[in-house]
Amino acid sequence: MSAPTLERPAPDETALQRQFDATIAADHRIEPRDWMPEGYRRTLIRQVAQHAHSEIVGMQPEGDWLLAAPSLRRKSVLLAKVQDEAGHGLYLYSAAETLGADRADLTDKLIEGKQKYSSIFNYPTLTYADVGVIGWLVDGAAICNQVPLCRSSYGPYARAMIRVCKEESFHQRQGYELLMTMMRGTPEQRAMVQDAVDRWWWPSLMMFGPPDDASPNSAQSMAWGIKRHTNDELRQRYVDMSVPQAQALGVTLPDPDLTWDEASGHWRTGPIDWDEFTRVISGSGPMNAVRIARRRAARDDNAWVTEAATAYAEKHGA
Amino acid sequence: MPDVTAEGGHGAVPTGPEVPVEPRRRAVRRDWPLYEVFVRGKRGLNHVHVGSLHAPDDEMAIDAARDLYTRRNEGVSIWVVKAVDITASSPDEKDPLFAPSGDKVYRHPTFYEIPEGVPHM
Repeated sequence: MSAPTLERPAPDETALQRQFDATIAADHRIEPRDWMPEGYRRTLIRQVAQHAHSEIVGMQPEGDWLLAAPSLRRKSVLLAKVQDEAGHGLYLYSAAETLGADRADLTDKLIEGKQKYSSIFNYPTLTYADVGVIGWLVDGAAICNQVPLCRSSYGPYARAMIRVCKEESFHQRQGYELLMTMMRGTPEQRAMVQDAVDRWWWPSLMMFGPPDDASPNSAQSMAWGIKRHTNDELRQRYVDMSVPQAQALGVTLPDPDLTWDEASGHWRTGPIDWDEFTRVISGSGPMNAVRIARRRAARDDNAWVTEAATAYAEKHGA
Repeated sequence: MPDVTAEGGHGAVPTGPEVPVEPRRRAVRRDWPLYEVFVRGKRGLNHVHVGSLHAPDDEMAIDAARDLYTRRNEGVSIWVVKAVDITASSPDEKDPLFAPSGDKVYRHPTFYEIPEGVPHM
């Protein structure tokens, strides 16, 4: 009897495709060294890389307040949160690399503007209340997006999402608690919270992407199990969760058309300004240039640290 | 509007073919090696693979793994291994490598019928 051998003739593409389809149909996970269709791999790299970029750029708006946090407690919390965003970015770059992407190359593509990050981070954080509202609304929307991704058909992405979602809950709760504290404060502090809600509410609704009838590639991503719900489904879920939270906080959401629809059991919003969304995602948001310039500086100004560590490792024979 | 998905985690990002994904080939890359990271969650459990990172050497890989994968006491012990040093079986689950165990049902306790009256079996 001959020993099992690792050298076998390559199975033909249709058999591989059938096996891939069967894995997806059974709701099993695709793992890094499995055969996968080229479109699946490319779509995932795009999605995971830009998700990673969003986490890394997402450190900036809140990072702006680290040195101006009003107490040591708030500063410790904010520092932990910004650190988590870095961690989330790294889990995701790690997942992207299992698909054949190169981490340093992905960073270059971000800095060159070839790959994007979430449009939400192109808005400025004008007051400390923005830190709370980002935790509540922006991270709340991120949770809505990310929880279904824990069941993504691609194993490493799903596992990264499970880790991220566990940590994201702290982000939302610290933000909401910060806002509750401010709402118990002076009239000026309450006004700051309302002002921040007024500025962030609509951009947070845009985080879910354009309406379903303007998302041509969604169907393929749904079939591949890398998208589990449509943009509009996720947005509706988010609105339904956020309205009672706004009421409990005592703020008004800046939408005169927001109404409770008894028949469907959902909150209905007014029309979203998709022109603004298109402007911001294509580079004309208030902070696009600053975000990229900072990321570039982080890469270039710290290059000597990377080089020094490499030289040290080489000298000591690592 | 480019095709945009909500699946950018923190919100909508474009997904159309205008977004490049293939890495450029460079003449010389002085990148840090890729390490795979394994964490023992608590005493009594095996180390489990949690992800990867890049580091210039083994010692810094451990430090980075602590910062990245155990920010909330998720571990009591960490292993890091250079990814190039890992040898893996073929990814195909129907691999002949695993075939020898496929027909050996007698290795499982349920293969044997024991009368119900026999205790502690």
